[in-house]
Amino acid sequence: MLSIEELRNLASLARIAMPDNELEELRSQLDEIIGFVGEVQKADTTSLKLRGASTSSVGEVALPELRNVFRDDGVPHETGKFTRDIVANFPDSKDGYLRVKKILEK
Amino acid sequence: MSEINLKQLTIKKARESMEKGEYSAEEITRSYLENIKAKNPELNAYLAVFDDAIDAAREVDEKRKKGEKLGALAGIPIAIKDVIMVKGREVTGASKILKGHRATYDATVISKLREAGAIMLGMTNCDEFAMGASGENSAYGPTKNPLNTSKVPGGSSSGSAAAVAGDLALTALGSETGGSVRQPAAFTGLVGLKPTYGAVSRYGLLALCSSFDQIAPFGKTVADAEAVFNVIAGQDPLDSTSISKLKTPISSNLAKPKLKTVIGVPSDLPLEGCDPHVIANFKLQIEKLRELGYEIRDITLPNLKYAIPVYYIILPAEASANLARYDGVRYGAHKDGANLLEDYMKTKGEGYGKEVRRRIILGAYVLSAGYYDAYYYQAMRVRELMKQDFARAFGEVDAIVTPTTAGPAFELGTKSKRSPIEMYLEDIFTAPANIVGMPAIAVPENLQIIAPHQREDVLFEIGKKFLNE
Repeated sequence: MLSIEELRNLASLARIAMPDNELEELRSQLDEIIGFVGEVQKADTTSLKLRGASTSSVGEVALPELRNVFRDDGVPHETGKFTRDIVANFPDSKDGYLRVKKILEK
Repeated sequence: MSEINLKQLTIKKARESMEKGEYSAEEITRSYLENIKAKNPELNAYLAVFDDAIDAAREVDEKRKKGEKLGALAGIPIAIKDVIMVKGREVTGASKILKGHRATYDATVISKLREAGAIMLGMTNCDEFAMGASGENSAYGPTKNPLNTSKVPGGSSSGSAAAVAGDLALTALGSETGGSVRQPAAFTGLVGLKPTYGAVSRYGLLALCSSFDQIAPFGKTVADAEAVFNVIAGQDPLDSTSISKLKTPISSNLAKPKLKTVIGVPSDLPLEGCDPHVIANFKLQIEKLRELGYEIRDITLPNLKYAIPVYYIILPAEASANLARYDGVRYGAHKDGANLLEDYMKTKGEGYGKEVRRRIILGAYVLSAGYYDAYYYQAMRVRELMKQDFARAFGEVDAIVTPTTAGPAFELGTKSKRSPIEMYLEDIFTAPANIVGMPAIAVPENLQIIAPHQREDVLFEIGKKFLNE
């Protein structure tokens, strides 16, 4: 069973402040869900041929033809076309820049 | 102007009536806006209504008067699930964390709808970030089922389903990750189409689970869902997962060399948790398909039983990554803490609802060191087995049928109070198509048809024959 400490750690990895009074409820729900989805471990996957190191854990997957999904480098639109709308969505901004708290503290 | 009978209206009828001059796009749009005003306070299908839809409708009427060429959906009022970006409009994913966020561009499907002349009526309610199967996880209150307001309309595309079923829109876009259009379609008597993975561009769709998500249409008929699909489908350089060789519109060239279409019925359907009426009904539907001239063949999909466990590992894993961006810095809500880390923690802690937090933390668990092989990688392996199962089955049959849901629409406030797993099992028949990326359609009453990749035409043909369209 998940311990409260493990749960706190997962929540903090996910950057979610969980109210203390919800932790116990969440712990029992997650236990139930993890037990349920753990059914996948009963599946026999030995028929999947393993491949090279990078993808071996997932097994043989028919890869589609490799192609470049990136656009050609260049100027996609004139500078500033979307700036005002995007900045308007920032919770905090100054002179067209996003403002955040200082990351490095003394 | 004679009163427009919205109940009986389809896209085809509306187009014909507008062409004949029986009513204008403005009149039809006004009828829907009036219906929204009258019924939305109770149904809570729309989170935002575009009053300027009338202007867009007038433009279509002007073009028609001038004899200009009109698009395939000219003057057709459509509702948009609140996970799709419409430039300048608020898009929240029915979450508090995106409150106030205005889309800075049109999703590709929206550009296509505009080009086709469709009239967008507003943004519809849904489960928060499309996580749920009842509509009850919305931060803006649940949507009610227009057929019976004590019941849920299904989810996550709850508002889009309720809008079409309640005549608050002629058609609607939802999004599909594990049944979020097909299940609500089944609960509200509509047709819901989950296109092939990659058939429709997702540029401008709030991402939930990127390897499952597809934008998906609702219709009152198969032909309506097909009409919307043909407008929104196609490759998009802005979505690298969109399929390059898709033919649109897909022609009906179903199994031409063969005399009969063969429909497969999985002998290993997980029917234990099913309502007895669902099983009896499904048997009758198989008989009906046989009477329509289809050959029915038993098939096996041995790994079908793992669909929900696979789904509820891969989905939270991908969702936990996709939702990391909502951190109170660039979008929507911001809760202030003592430092940047606390800003993140408080914004997410207070901005997300319970189900979203639960799935993100579950995602963190199945991806964490020590567990990812047993959960995430194992789920990916079983997903591969399921793909092989389906490929094998489609070597023998042209389509596969199952029920869409395990039971009828349930009462509001009942299932959501019990274990989350009970709600997860709502996806039991619908999730497999998302896991293997194949197209599937839900038609009344509770029949689902699944076809191989890029064979939506098979779904349309069988669906129309089944519904006698």
